[in-house]
Amino acid sequence: MIIAKLAYKSLLNRRASVLLTLFTIAISVMLLLSIERVRIDAKSSFSNTISGTDLIVGARTGDIQLLLSSVFRIGHTNNGVSWKSYEYITSQRGVKWSIPISLGDSHKGQAVLGTTLDYFSHYRFAKKQNLTFNKGRPFAAINEVVLGSEVANKLGYKLNASIVISHGMGNTSFHHHDDNPFKVVGVLNPTGTPVDKTLHIPLAAIDLIHGGKASLVHEHEHEHEHEHEHEHEHEHEHDEHNNLVGHPKQITAFLMGFNSPLYTLQIRRNINQYKPEALLGIMPTVTLKELWEMLAIVEKILLLFSAVVVLISLLGMLTTLLANLSQRRRELAILRSVGARPWHLFTLISIESLLTTLLGCLVGSALYYLAIFSAGGYLQSHAGISVNITMLSYYELGLIGVIMAAGFIIGLIPATRAYFYSLSDGMSIKA
Amino acid sequence: MINLKNVTFKWHKSDSSPTLNIKELVIEKGERIFLYGPSGSGKSTLLAILAGINTVTSGEVLILNKNLSTLSNTTRDAFRADHIGYIFQNFNLLPYLSPIENVTLGCEFSKIRKQKILKQSSNKSAALQNEAIRLLNALGLTAQYHNKNVAELSIGQQQRVAAARAFIGSPELIIADEPTSALDTNNRESFIKLLFEQAKLSNSTLVFVSHDETLKPLFNRSIDLINLQEQV
Repeated sequence: MIIAKLAYKSLLNRRASVLLTLFTIAISVMLLLSIERVRIDAKSSFSNTISGTDLIVGARTGDIQLLLSSVFRIGHTNNGVSWKSYEYITSQRGVKWSIPISLGDSHKGQAVLGTTLDYFSHYRFAKKQNLTFNKGRPFAAINEVVLGSEVANKLGYKLNASIVISHGMGNTSFHHHDDNPFKVVGVLNPTGTPVDKTLHIPLAAIDLIHGGKASLVHEHEHEHEHEHEHEHEHEHEHDEHNNLVGHPKQITAFLMGFNSPLYTLQIRRNINQYKPEALLGIMPTVTLKELWEMLAIVEKILLLFSAVVVLISLLGMLTTLLANLSQRRRELAILRSVGARPWHLFTLISIESLLTTLLGCLVGSALYYLAIFSAGGYLQSHAGISVNITMLSYYELGLIGVIMAAGFIIGLIPATRAYFYSLSDGMSIKA
Repeated sequence: MINLKNVTFKWHKSDSSPTLNIKELVIEKGERIFLYGPSGSGKSTLLAILAGINTVTSGEVLILNKNLSTLSNTTRDAFRADHIGYIFQNFNLLPYLSPIENVTLGCEFSKIRKQKILKQSSNKSAALQNEAIRLLNALGLTAQYHNKNVAELSIGQQQRVAAARAFIGSPELIIADEPTSALDTNNRESFIKLLFEQAKLSNSTLVFVSHDETLKPLFNRSIDLINLQEQV
């Protein structure tokens, strides 16, 4: 009791240096927790990008390259998959659904993806979540566009806005198609995946962008002809669907889901041995894992950095404690002279370092929440990492526990020295 | 009370002649002893031996019939905390405690001394505090200073706090190591008289060390350390 009181009062008396030590520890705790949180959330954001898709098929390249280009919109694939092959493969037994995607165009630096309505019903992310609409509906006509949440936010597009999509990637495309404006008919909810940064247009519209005005007119004429020829309701619907798909020669890639996982390996083998065209089928979960393993070195370096930061702060505490100890020899000698035993001094110094580490950890955790609270939005929008503000996980509590234990153990060093200070040492120090 | 026989003390085993060499020293209970001698005559060394801070090289040191040299370090620590109040030359107060807290510190590490206070008091929770206030008042530190920062007190006031800390819990032996060296003559005498009063009240034996022989008449016995030491 008296020791705790003495520790408290003594710390208060040396508050300047104690606060500095405390602050160093707090910052290191904050850094460690933040880095770990970003690391873990980056990993889960990463593996949450796509789910529920059994196979991604594209022109033959590397597995990771195909994944990057089709899911993350990173890099280009020069070759595509012919529409014929797409129709052939997706007509195989066991194919539950398929989503053709056509990439390569952009709007103000955001990727444009041509696809079918199946995209909105079958694309899954995170824990097999469907895409949901924040506003509006899926596209129903060739000149309609559905925006990812971030595109809408960043570019400030509202429903019914009219936008122009250019050919090619990049912000400053030479070839603008001012004559083909698209109407915004839907905005998706945020997903924390590249979907947020994507503009979705009907597959047929991709051809339209590339083919120019003529094809639009052609399509419309085509449509009218059909309407004249077939009055039947069902036929008309079928027509409209066809109209959205158009007659593409090739697509960038396509996603597939199967009735049973048993089909996955079999169809994948067939795809990889497909004669008419050099194709590649990848299982996204496997390739995501491979990709993450490639990035594991970065992950390890991050972890190493935060561990070093903690180590430095603890060494800083040790330095301060030891430096203080020689200044406090007289104080400790006084305590010995009024009857404190060596183990009292040992406890006193240990409690002090424990208290400093404890407070440092508390302040550090508070700073950490402040950091993820204020930087969460930035990470989401600039790195696509969705940082969740939750209670400290067991893992994080474990990290704090390790820091506390390390702080305590380090505190034992000066405590042991204090233990062996003999009374006569202290007595001989004059005021 | 105190009984020294054939005591020698060397700081280092290799020292050719001992710093202290006392054939016999007996101090009875309740005595007020003035121990004097010039600087370097071994006064502080003797006090350190009496307080059990240092152990003798040879001979026997009996305090309250306990042979200090046979006790272990821990028991000696406990013995000192329970039975000896020490007033240092430089007062040795903890700067981050108030005068009252500095005084109560004297019995925080000794159950025996705490019990002595609690036995006499009806208000158990404030017993230590009240006793500290009583001692500070008795030793001439008025209430206005009781909760001040120790560093703001004058040397004379700090010394009263140190004395009160030595007296709290009525230890059997009070050792005062030149506590008056920083005071002027008038203050010295009045301070010593206050020490006597307290020693009487708490039934303590007082060993007072100084090189200032003018204080000698105030005590009922004085010991010249030069004469006490056996010449080798």
